[in-house]
Amino acid sequence: MAKSSAIKDAEALLRSLRSAYTATPTNLKIIDVYILFSLFTGVIQVVYMAIVGSFPFNSFLSGVLSCIGTAVLAVCLRIQVNKENKEFKDLPPERAYADFILSNLVLHLVIMNFLG
Amino acid sequence: MEKATDLLSSSQSMFSLKSLKLKTKQQELLLRISILGLVYILAFITRLFSVLRYESMIHEFDPYFNYRTTLYLTQKGFYEFWNWFDSESWYPLGRIIGGTLYPGLMVTAAFIYWILRLLRFAVHIREVCVLTAPFFASNTTLVAYFFGKELWDTGAGLVAAALIAICPGYISRSVAGSYDNEGVAIFALLLTFYLFVKAVKTGSLAWSLASALGYFYMVSAWGGYVFIINLIPLYVLVLLVVGRYSMRLYVAYNCMYILGMLLAMQIRFVGFQHVQSGEHMAAMGVFFLMQVFYFLDWVKHLLNDQKLFQAFLRITLTCAISVGVIALGVGTASGYISPWTGRFYSLLDPTYAKDHIPIIASVSEHQPTAWSSFMFDFHILLILFPAGLYFCFKRLSDATIFIVMYGLTSMYFAGVMVRLILVATPAVCLISAIAVSATIKNLSLLVRTKTKPTQAGSGKGTTSTKASSKGALDQSLPYQKNGAIALLVGAFYLLTRYAIHCTWVTSEAYSSPSIVLAARGAHGNRVIFDDYREAYFWLRQNTPQDAKVMSWWDYGYQITAMGNRTVIVDNNTWNNTHIATVGRAMSSYEDEAYEIMRSLDVDYVLVVFGGVTGYSSDDINKLTVKFFSPFFVISFSVFLWMVRIGGGVFPVIKEPDYLVNGEYRVDKGAAPKMLNCLMYKLSYYRFGELTTEYGQPPGYDRARGVEIGNKDIKLEYLEEAFTTSNWIVRIYKVKPPKNRW
Repeated sequence: MAKSSAIKDAEALLRSLRSAYTATPTNLKIIDVYILFSLFTGVIQVVYMAIVGSFPFNSFLSGVLSCIGTAVLAVCLRIQVNKENKEFKDLPPERAYADFILSNLVLHLVIMNFLG
Repeated sequence: MEKATDLLSSSQSMFSLKSLKLKTKQQELLLRISILGLVYILAFITRLFSVLRYESMIHEFDPYFNYRTTLYLTQKGFYEFWNWFDSESWYPLGRIIGGTLYPGLMVTAAFIYWILRLLRFAVHIREVCVLTAPFFASNTTLVAYFFGKELWDTGAGLVAAALIAICPGYISRSVAGSYDNEGVAIFALLLTFYLFVKAVKTGSLAWSLASALGYFYMVSAWGGYVFIINLIPLYVLVLLVVGRYSMRLYVAYNCMYILGMLLAMQIRFVGFQHVQSGEHMAAMGVFFLMQVFYFLDWVKHLLNDQKLFQAFLRITLTCAISVGVIALGVGTASGYISPWTGRFYSLLDPTYAKDHIPIIASVSEHQPTAWSSFMFDFHILLILFPAGLYFCFKRLSDATIFIVMYGLTSMYFAGVMVRLILVATPAVCLISAIAVSATIKNLSLLVRTKTKPTQAGSGKGTTSTKASSKGALDQSLPYQKNGAIALLVGAFYLLTRYAIHCTWVTSEAYSSPSIVLAARGAHGNRVIFDDYREAYFWLRQNTPQDAKVMSWWDYGYQITAMGNRTVIVDNNTWNNTHIATVGRAMSSYEDEAYEIMRSLDVDYVLVVFGGVTGYSSDDINKLTVKFFSPFFVISFSVFLWMVRIGGGVFPVIKEPDYLVNGEYRVDKGAAPKMLNCLMYKLSYYRFGELTTEYGQPPGYDRARGVEIGNKDIKLEYLEEAFTTSNWIVRIYKVKPPKNRW
């Protein structure tokens, strides 16, 4: 009884989530796909590490942190360009994008150095 | 000396200029820039006392190592430096320099040196090293100005810059010649904090990136970066808990954490600690917590339905917490996440070090702080600090919450360890500056409202309108104007006293290089004891290139840097057993010690002895006892530590053997083991023949104020090689083994 109600709850939850999400503007959806992709890459690396081992630890760390970093920076960009966030009214999307590029540049330069 | 008051009075005249004459922005800007310029110069020149009194030289112990490595860096280039295996220390183990130091300071100094050479200034690297700390102190005043401006207003920024320029707590570690990590690290620390506060305020990735780079510089310069990586997550956590979280906070923290962590991993000495050591786990925990928190927040915003969200919350929260707990448990159990180190424990529990890690407790600057040193280092700031906290609470914002947390935590740490007063100093200066600036602004507004009541409302900014409305409320009070004037005069008096105190402390207490000692002679003249350099120079000139010198670890860096000889142990106390072996040799009988020294290939033994000069009864000594560990006090307490550290590893050495009734004595009543151990013999060899003071028997130890108990010391396995002119450093040669036939 309880179980079926839980499933029903989950179904309702998913349905309403989907309906709410469809209203999102396309550019944000693209960013979301990008975030999901980088997170997915990170998960693959963690699974690989669990199977094969983390021997060149710096390589593993740089790989995973590259994914996490990319995802986090993309989330920041998403927050900044989202029109609904009143906090960032003054911030033009071009500036947000430039910041994003700059941070990514630094991130990946460091990653390249760390990859070993 | 009176610059601080000058500053305040000029910031005072700034208001009068603005309201009475032209209301041009240019005038204010001009004043502000010139004040900042003066503060910048002041911060530099007040730290030059040591150069004027003595000479342009490197101070103390650790700076000699830093100087030596910088020299190596400028001569051999960065890659050689980075891959340097040093065979001159920790004989026979050696030390991998590149992987066991914070290279920030050396690289900075070398960089300045190269730039100066590029501009065709033919300076010696030593001058650059001597002046690095004052130069960075000047830069810190600029950061303090901007930080103060961010926290409160430009007035507070200016006051903060002036206060930090001359605050003794900071000067103690940044006088000219004090070429140590802290010199640049405080600049980096304040810069990181300022940039982070700025990032939280604007929510911009660029500022956050800048703060990550500041953090990188801090990590490369000083081990105190752990304070940053714990304070910032704590701050974020507090903001989350009190509900002041925002999207800006998310952007600022996450970008700073990820990039800062990655950059920090590039420093080999820090390496993987950010993902492995328990001290850094708080930051990672907050990072993941933040992801979950903001994701939930987003879903909540998306769903717009309370009941559904509750269900969602239940599912995700249980999953997240259980995953986190399992990861942490597995990590700790498998030894992947290392437990907290001793230094960290000793911060949380001040008594921990004394019981568990003698090597940490033996350093005088790791002792808990006495009240007097707070007063000595902060003076009126100690009283202004709570007042500033009051103002911060009155006008709560993300920035002021940060400075309040920084102030409170660092004050706690300053109470635990003397040297951490340094970390607290910027916070104390900033918070005090807020108190000074806000008070003076209110008072001067009060004074002016009476004279020109029409001008009252035309003050500037939000504070002045608040203050003037407050003035209007207090209108009914009698003698208001007189009271305000009296208070202003009082404030100026206090600040004058502060400036005088700071200058006095700097010149008297913090400008001693401690490698050259100065005392007042009988006629009030200055007597200089230059025994250390004399001894090291003797070593350099008169011993074989590959001679190994055994001394207590305090003098290791100096021997390698100035004497250019191999040492057994030095100030980088990474191998406790090795140090304990030396401690054991020093505290055993001569024949046992000889075997140990043979096994370590020791050629010379160096001991430091203050019995002739008798410094510990000197006034200057009492002042400098805090940081500059005068050898005359320490040389004996050092011995106690030798016994303690030696005994910690080799149970043969027992501390009670050296004590009589729990008391530490060197006279006739001393313990027999004490009177015959190597350290005692080497210190007092032939001392019994010397009359040190008029009216006292020969062999009178002026540092301890007693006649020594063993005047007839015979050395069997060692011979005296050199004793400096004031007997401060004595060097003995270890004889080769006896001929068997």
